[in-house]
Amino acid sequence: MKALRRFAEHLVEGLLALSGSVTSLAILLIVIFLFKEASGLFGSPAIEKGYVLCVHSTNSTDVLNPYQIKRIFDSETANWNELGGKDMEISLFRFDDIFSLYSDEELGEDYSLLPEKLGETISQNPAILAFIPEKYAPAENPSVKILKIPEISFSDIFGGKEWFPTATPAPQFGILPLIAGTLWVSLFAILIALPLGMGVAIYLSELSNERTRKILKPTIELLAGIPSVVYGFFGLAVLVPLIQRTLNLPVGETAFAGSLILAIMALPTIITVAEDAMRNTPKAMREASLALGATHWQTIYRVVVPYAASGITAAVVLGTGRAVGETMAVLMVTGNAAVMPHSLFEPVRTIPATIAAELGEAPGGGVHYQALFVLGCVLFVITMAVSISAEIISKRNRGKQA
Amino acid sequence: MSKKTSQKIAFFIFRLLGLLVVGILVWILGFIVYNGIGVISWEFLTSAPSEGMTSGGIFPAIVGTLCLVAGSIVFAFPLGVMSGIYMNEYAGNGKLVRFIRIMTNNLGGIPSIVFGLFGMALFVNAFKFGDSIIAGSLTLGLLILPLIIRTTEEALKAIPDSFRTGSLALGATRLQTVARIILPMAFPNIVTGLILSIGRVSGETAPILFTVAAYFLPKLPTGIFDQVMALPYHLYVIATSGTDIEASRPVAYGSALTLIAIVLLMNMLAGILRKCFGKKIK
Repeated sequence: MKALRRFAEHLVEGLLALSGSVTSLAILLIVIFLFKEASGLFGSPAIEKGYVLCVHSTNSTDVLNPYQIKRIFDSETANWNELGGKDMEISLFRFDDIFSLYSDEELGEDYSLLPEKLGETISQNPAILAFIPEKYAPAENPSVKILKIPEISFSDIFGGKEWFPTATPAPQFGILPLIAGTLWVSLFAILIALPLGMGVAIYLSELSNERTRKILKPTIELLAGIPSVVYGFFGLAVLVPLIQRTLNLPVGETAFAGSLILAIMALPTIITVAEDAMRNTPKAMREASLALGATHWQTIYRVVVPYAASGITAAVVLGTGRAVGETMAVLMVTGNAAVMPHSLFEPVRTIPATIAAELGEAPGGGVHYQALFVLGCVLFVITMAVSISAEIISKRNRGKQA
Repeated sequence: MSKKTSQKIAFFIFRLLGLLVVGILVWILGFIVYNGIGVISWEFLTSAPSEGMTSGGIFPAIVGTLCLVAGSIVFAFPLGVMSGIYMNEYAGNGKLVRFIRIMTNNLGGIPSIVFGLFGMALFVNAFKFGDSIIAGSLTLGLLILPLIIRTTEEALKAIPDSFRTGSLALGATRLQTVARIILPMAFPNIVTGLILSIGRVSGETAPILFTVAAYFLPKLPTGIFDQVMALPYHLYVIATSGTDIEASRPVAYGSALTLIAIVLLMNMLAGILRKCFGKKIK
């Protein structure tokens, strides 16, 4: 009986230890799955799978990077000399064009003559750039050169300034505009929320009496409890039209609208953490300052705020982390234009909003899907860095008190 | 400017800022309540959407959200409580516990959209659950795990050590002490964490976007592998991409009010519980 009970004790203890490790396990799994899905993007061919690009053999170009390909197909690059080749107008040839040059009979049964005809077409035109399926590529034709297709590289993604995941034939996965959009929106949110939050935190910790505290504290908790989709809806229905009208803008869905909503959402975090830090200022320090003849206000900004500086920094870091990861509210009010932001009053697009908006349409396992997981990894790394630095900052704070 | 005047100006500004925060809350809540209260009726809460979601009710979305709440709690609550018990009662104060605590904090700081991505990669694709209640519940469960663990730990910490030593001195084993003395005492505060996480789960949108939420699905779920509509996602859909956004505005106000009511009710309930039982222990 006793042995049985001891066995049960050990069993339960083991179970408890197991469930204690569940959060670490979850983080491990998140890292594995996120990075596994994302890693597929690096080394994928830069154009649609199963297709190749062909040029005339006299063409000196050997390789085109994804950005160049995209510009050619968007007719922004029109001449080979812009790519270091001869002075010839680029003549684009898409696979479908072959069917307007030859009838179905000429292409033979099951398109068996198709590669030959494609080869003929290409060899007749020294300025051609043909985008055709690999299985029909006229590989034997001596006057056809198949371009090397580069792999999507680290620098294409982290140095690219264009995000066009659905462009054909060469989708663009430059995440700089998204990172810039995210930082832009979050930074202004914090710039708005910090003075406001600091003011309220000072009021709460230094000035307010019990009665106002009893009103303000629950108010702040309620603000923290409102779901982000409701903030988004409020922003969409109230702030966006308001911004559009008062500032006379073509659209109200702007980075500014996102910053305002994010500022409201980050307020509770900033206020709570900053207030805690200020309340921790030892009474002796306050009293010493007052005894030396300083006013209450001088004591606050010369003694309390400097003492709580690391706690306030932690509040800012945590608030920024919240803002960077916020999805729904930002998705609903920022207008979602994936361009480099130039001003606060233009639509921008953030990383979380991009994932939320595009994952539904990205076919599973494709390059677009993988690119969204790369974004997820970036977000994960940013928020991990935020959590850890907040941890370090507040630890330093604790050390000071001891 | 004298010291006194600058103090007066500064304090005046701080009072104003405090008022501003209350004002913001009143503005948001007032806006939703003012526009939504007329829409809410028994019929609105118990009928399915109709006419391209421009009229009718939100019943399937409410049922869906309830399913997700139940599913995620069933998964996360026992696990979170056990994890909290382990950390506070068994693990001591070594490096391992510090590591686990940091990991729990970090998990709590991961953005909800990343949970959505992860849930989709693991539960929907790798486990082949498809878009289903179970995939969504597991994803949401992971999201609230840190919250449950933290509140459990705090609840356990609030119980004075004399109860533990007293029980052990009477010859009880560690397990008996935890199960018969500590847990019953900490229970009300643990339930606070449970209620808070119900509020959190009902309001989250990003994690369910790709794991469970259906755009429009008037029939109710029959099993855990069914897709469901969910209240927050429904609000997102009719606010941004419905067939006729202007016409569906009343439904959006009604949904927003219902959602806010559920979430805030849960938060208030948790607050009351904490206040009532927080004192009792001391």
